[in-house]
Parts: sequence; C-alpha cells; structure tokens
Amino acid sequence: MSARRPYIRSMDGWWRRDPFFIRYMIREATALLVVAYAAVLLLGAIRLAQGESAYERWLAALRSPWSLAFHLVLFAGLVYHTWSWFQIVPKTMPSISVGGKKLQPAVITGTGLVAAAFVSLVLLLLLLFIGS
Amino acid sequence: MNETHKVIAIEVLRYRPELDEKPFFQTYQVPFTEEMSVLQGLLYIKDELDGTLSFRWSCRMAICGSCGAMIDGVPMLGCHTFLRDYYPNKVRVEPLAHFPIERDLVVGADDFIGKLERIKPYIVPKEPRTLAEGEYLQTPAQLERILQFSSCINCMLCYAACPQYGLDPAFIGPGVLALLHRYNADSRDAARADRMQLVNAEEGVWSCTAVGYCSEVCPKGVDPANAVNQNKTASAADYFLHWLPKGSGK
Amino acid sequence: MKRSNAPIFWTLFGAGGMLSALIGPMLVLITGIAVPLGFLLPADLMSYPHMLKFAQHWAGKAFTFAVVSLFLWHGVHRIFHSLHDLGLKTATGAKLTCYGVALLGTALAAYSLLVIGF
Repeated sequence: MSARRPYIRSMDGWWRRDPFFIRYMIREATALLVVAYAAVLLLGAIRLAQGESAYERWLAALRSPWSLAFHLVLFAGLVYHTWSWFQIVPKTMPSISVGGKKLQPAVITGTGLVAAAFVSLVLLLLLLFIGS
Repeated sequence: MNETHKVIAIEVLRYRPELDEKPFFQTYQVPFTEEMSVLQGLLYIKDELDGTLSFRWSCRMAICGSCGAMIDGVPMLGCHTFLRDYYPNKVRVEPLAHFPIERDLVVGADDFIGKLERIKPYIVPKEPRTLAEGEYLQTPAQLERILQFSSCINCMLCYAACPQYGLDPAFIGPGVLALLHRYNADSRDAARADRMQLVNAEEGVWSCTAVGYCSEVCPKGVDPANAVNQNKTASAADYFLHWLPKGSGK
Repeated sequence: MKRSNAPIFWTLFGAGGMLSALIGPMLVLITGIAVPLGFLLPADLMSYPHMLKFAQHWAGKAFTFAVVSLFLWHGVHRIFHSLHDLGLKTATGAKLTCYGVALLGTALAAYSLLVIGF
C-alpha cells in the first residue's frame, strides 16, 4: 500500500503573491480599455452611417467632461499597453544576430518604442497638415 | 560553534502525509556564516536540529537541479541563494509552487518527468550513420541557435513561476517546451514534425499567456518564455499551412 | 494531441496588439482629447462633412475597419484569458461571449462602412 498522500495547494489569489504577477494582471487589464476605445470608435462609425444629426450627438458626447476624463484614463492605459507590449515582443522573436552578436532584448524593446513614437508623430503631423 | 556566528530564523513549510492534515510552518534557529547557502541552512537543521525534515539535494553547485524551493515566495535553488541576503529577517522556505507536496519540501515530479519523456528529448538523426562515416557536424551559427536552450537542468523553477501551469497542469509548461525547442531547432534533428503535434495543441504553446516570469527565475539563463513564444509563431505558420492542399508548401 | 484553433485568434490578437501599441495612445489623444477640446488640432477636423469624406475614401474605410476590429480582437482575446486566470473553469461560454463580441463589432463596423458608401 502506498503511503503517498500528495497535498495540492490552492491557486486562489495567485496573482497577489508576487509583484511580477500584479504587473502582468495590469498589462492584461489594459485590454478592457482597448475594447472600450474600439467601442467608442465603432459607435462613431455607426452614427456616421446613420446621418448628420446622429453623428453630431456622438461628437457632442465626446466634448462632455465625463468623456474627456474617460479618454484621459484610456490614454494612460494605452500608454501602459504600448510600453508593456514592446517589453514582451523580444520574447516572441527568434534570436537575431547583428554582426555576429545577439541582439539584446532591451534593443528590440527600444526599437519598438521608438517606432511607436515615430508613427504617432507622423500621424499627428499629417493631421496638423490637413487641418491647416 | 564560534561566537561570531549570527543566528537566522528559517521558517520551513512542513507536511508529513501520515501525520498532518495540511502543511504548517515550523521555525528553526540556525547559526550561519557569510558563505552559507539556504541549502546548507536546511542541512544544518537536518543534522543538528530535526532529522525528520525532508528535502532533495545533491550537487550543492547549481548544476543538478534538485534543491529548488520557494524562498521567500520566489522559486530559487537552495544552493544558489545565501542566508546573509535575508538576515536579520527570517527566511521562509516552501516546496516549489504548483506541484503536489509529497513530504516537507519534496514535491512530486512525476508529471514533469512524464512530459519530458513525451517530447523525445534527444536528437533523432535524419538518417542513421555508421561510425566510419564520422560525426554529425554543426556550424557555430547552428550551435548558437540551440546552445542557450540546452542549458536547462530540469530544476522545475520555471514551473513554480508559471501560473498557467498552476491553473492547468495539463499545460506542457515552460521547461519542457524549451527543451522541445532545443531539439526542434537542432540542425541534426529530424523529429520536428512529431514534436510540432505537441506544440500545436492547446496544452502545447497555446496555454501560455506570455507572463514571462519563467525566464526571470531560470538559474541557467535558458529563457523558456522565448522558446515557448517563438513557437507560437511556428505553430501558427504550421496551422495556416495545413489548410493548403497536400503537396503544396511542405 | 488535438490541434488547437488558437492560431486564428492569436494572430488577430497579435495584429491588434501591435497596431494599438503603435498608434493607440495617439489616436485616443486625437479623437478623445485634442479634437473635442480644439487643442493642438482644429475642432472641425472630425466634423460630419470631414469624417464622411474620410469614411467614403477606401483608405479611410480600411483604416477605420482595421482599428475597430483589430482592437476588439486584441482586447477580447486577453479578456478571455484573464477570465481563465481569475479561476473561471468552464471556458466555452466565456470563449463564445468574448470572441462573439469581437465578431459582432467587426460585422457592425463593416456594415456601417458599407452603408456610408463610396
């Protein structure tokens, strides 16, 4: 007869056990904000299809203090998403060698963040150009 | 015992299946010197204070992979962690998380070993060669692709760091997937197609959510998260290619 | 072992994650803060005639469709996995709900953009 009686520990609240896991959960929670923002834009597209008065109401709602505050939260969340996304990108890539030396994860993360800043700036400048 | 010894409190999670309904903490006062590891602290307890304490160990030099434990909540090798870094606070030692506790700090490794066997953790040659034909040669660049992943010592710290394994033990898990990648990426190996069937399953790479803690705790710099996540790309390619008519593609 | 169909959802998740990481913060800043306040950018940039013209152009349609649908597929994939992380055992219902939301949003975006015309 076996004397084995393995004890299985509970996983309840596992993500509170380590700061690393808390950062992971915050990263995953940014998804709620990404979905919320997509919903705002989707509603705009639907209102645009419904005609001018429907669209004007959507636009007016965007100007309310509640909306502005909400978009500040969205902005902070999406900045964290950008930062955490490029932190994890090096993990998803095969190792790249440049001149016989392995590319360091920090270099890949940095390149991603610079690319995001560059694309965002181009987008803004394009709109400034169109707007003027 | 010379009087310059400091004394640190080591709090150990005990579980004796024939006596205890559930695990409990027991604290030991252990005199220690600057160069003493947590493993040496446990050995002191076993030799001098309480012979009933059970734990695994062998090499004492971070190569056998036996003495992994949760040290103050972090998966670490007992031999690779020093008491001086915790003093004057106490240090808490628990069995590796996510594994069933067999006794005290000893966890059941059956699941891990079973998974390890399933991935064919050895090179399957493309064609058998006679001794006279010589070695299977590999260029430095080909070696570079597998070297890091071949450093795994099967210590299971990455499993104790992986919440997805804790939540669903069917997940093949970081360490074994890293070894799988080590053989799949080897230029001399021909069993990739077999191993991809494991990679492609939900229990393969798709249970991973890129938490990334496995790579943080690895004492050998293997970076299992990288092995798992670059195989998501490989598995996705394999998935979309299998829709192509037979004969086209690969 | 059974082949997982996760690559479909993971590919959409990855595409949406990359797109939102690259331009997400700036888009929020533009559509949610700068234009409504008329700060930095003119307030009429998103006026009805301007946005209609934008959405009638094939490039505007493609951009709007990509942003709305990929952001949705990215988000719901993570939310689905987070539900599992938080201990939800039976995954089928959660999976249908999460990916269903993204599919519905994608269909609504496509329908609206088609109604807007060319």
